[in-house]
Amino acid sequence: MLQDSLIRIENVTFSRGLRKIYDNVSLTIPRGKITAVMGPSGTGKTTLLRIIGGQLKPDSGSVFYEDKNIPELGRSALYELRKKMSMLFQSGALFTGMSVFDNVAYPLREHTDLPEELIRTLVMMKLETVGLRGAASLMPSELSGGMSRRAALARSIALDPELIMYDEPLTGQDPITMAVLLKLIKELNESLGITSIIVSHDVGEVMSIADYVYLVSGGRVLAHGVPEQLQREKHPDVYQFIHGLPDGAVPFHYPAGNYLEEL
Amino acid sequence: MKVNWLEFIVGCFLVAGITAAVVLALKVAGLTLDAGSGEFYTVYGRFSNIGSLKVRSPVKLGGVVIGSVSDIKIDPKTLQPVVTIKIDRRYSELGSDTTFSVLTSGLLGEQYLGVKPDFASMDDDGNPVYLKDGDTTNFTESAIVLEELLGKFLYSVSSAKTDNGSSN
Amino acid sequence: MLVESISNLGHRGICFLTALGRALLVLIHALFGKPQFRKHFPLFVEQLYVVGVQSVMIIIVSGLFIGMVLGLQGYNVLVQFKAEASLGPLVSLSILRELGPVVAALLFAGRAGSALTAEIGLMKATEQLSSMEMMAVDPLRRVISPRFWAGFVSLPLLTFMFSVIGIYGGKMVGVDWLGIDEGTFWTGTQASVDLYEDIAQGWIKSVIFAIVVCWVALFNGYNCLPTAAGISKATTQTVVHSSLIVLGLDFVLTALMFN
Repeated sequence: MLQDSLIRIENVTFSRGLRKIYDNVSLTIPRGKITAVMGPSGTGKTTLLRIIGGQLKPDSGSVFYEDKNIPELGRSALYELRKKMSMLFQSGALFTGMSVFDNVAYPLREHTDLPEELIRTLVMMKLETVGLRGAASLMPSELSGGMSRRAALARSIALDPELIMYDEPLTGQDPITMAVLLKLIKELNESLGITSIIVSHDVGEVMSIADYVYLVSGGRVLAHGVPEQLQREKHPDVYQFIHGLPDGAVPFHYPAGNYLEEL
Repeated sequence: MKVNWLEFIVGCFLVAGITAAVVLALKVAGLTLDAGSGEFYTVYGRFSNIGSLKVRSPVKLGGVVIGSVSDIKIDPKTLQPVVTIKIDRRYSELGSDTTFSVLTSGLLGEQYLGVKPDFASMDDDGNPVYLKDGDTTNFTESAIVLEELLGKFLYSVSSAKTDNGSSN
Repeated sequence: MLVESISNLGHRGICFLTALGRALLVLIHALFGKPQFRKHFPLFVEQLYVVGVQSVMIIIVSGLFIGMVLGLQGYNVLVQFKAEASLGPLVSLSILRELGPVVAALLFAGRAGSALTAEIGLMKATEQLSSMEMMAVDPLRRVISPRFWAGFVSLPLLTFMFSVIGIYGGKMVGVDWLGIDEGTFWTGTQASVDLYEDIAQGWIKSVIFAIVVCWVALFNGYNCLPTAAGISKATTQTVVHSSLIVLGLDFVLTALMFN
């Protein structure tokens, strides 16, 4: 089923300082599907996105985008490739100095020579997609958290990318906003066929839209499969995470000395 | 419109900065717009005392600046100061007898080099001889040193007194 | 103990060299990134406004007061030797050669440099630089470069303004209040100020200071830890480092130029 892959990560090892974040990890992102990468906080899920985006270089291993090995690309080739992908940051990362309209128009103005009327039309279409056409003239500081994420989403689809990477798109949102964002992600994937990678730890919500799920923890891929498969998985680590149990294979207590002795 | 306004202000800023530079050049450095040909010829003047003449002191002819002092050295043989004088090419018809004197503007002001032109001496064919590039001139008047002046004055007063005393 | 402190020193040395190397890379990218004139010129103009125009007020006011103070103090000393005529050269030479370039650079570091660091640090902390990179826009070229060039153009112009205002401030005190003859003031000034040795060398100083201050400010912002504490530390560092470098460099340049 994973024959048509857009991204293949092969034997990637990445460490920050002395700490190994990824140890010989391989995973495949299918084209045109929503792939979720889940795992406990601090397991370097965002790092994975940055490795795919070429902002971080792995210590060893290769990351193939179609047939291009990202860590080995030169600067200009990498920038060329990045035009095909986009990333929705956790904070939205809108440019605070410009209005929502200019934010969405930004990639168009930077990479194309389109006339201003056409840019206006395109921007309004993208804003309509995320339901923010009325907020075009607002500044990012006037938006709520959910709105700024939607605005950032409009910006990341401005150049019609092949791949969107969502970095914790749902964290800290109320249920309505969450539902809106999930609907948008699903719609973009279905209508435009954009390959999506969602990094998240909101298990239930993400499982509901993902086509394929990777569970990473401790620098390894713990389990992978379609959502239903993972639901039934009996491995204690996986079971604890998927079902959100406070104690289990991952202990409740941070490793410490003997409690009684310390008292 | 906002962009135009911004560009306008930035334009004003650039103009103000450049104007400031021009004011510095014209008013503070005393650069005149008809700064002459920009070409100079050099004459060396031997003085016995240059007072407080400095490099870059002006050279004036009848109050008009025609050049500047570009260097001051001591001739190791004669142990006399030699002043390198740069004069604008436009004033190349200074006779060879022209006198250079160290003068003071005001009682205690800046010292400058005054130029007193003389009718040029003639060569054998009756053509006037002008100062040329690289010439050395001995027609110079040294700076008036206040101490020497006072010394002379006191000496003359005291000698006048003794003269008076003996006649009485 | 000894081994520890030596290895500590070595660690610091390595950190310093790495930082210097990265700073050089940032500078080189900012300077020699292929500029797209049509797209980048408006950014440059915008930064000229932020960096240059918004610093004009502080430069003019401090220039005026520094010139006036010089005029007053200079007069008080010179008048004892009946040498008030030298007030013009005193004020204009000290401003053109030293105070103009140095004080303008210090003020610029405090006013514009710290703002640049904070702005870029905040852009980094809010992932704006990262997202720009992911949009295939080089932040060095798009963000750093226009700010650098704006500073490079602004500071020398600000220095000229500072000098002119300062000299006129000195003239105001000396001539208009204390009664030195205006002609004496200007002829004395013009006789002692040289276009090349004083004005042009002051300009060279200010160009060098502009490079240093912008470089320090932009690098500190680009390299800061993306946290509130990191940004505040980087901003302080910008002011402290660029001020110290400006003062130190001024001594070196003065020694080289005026021998």
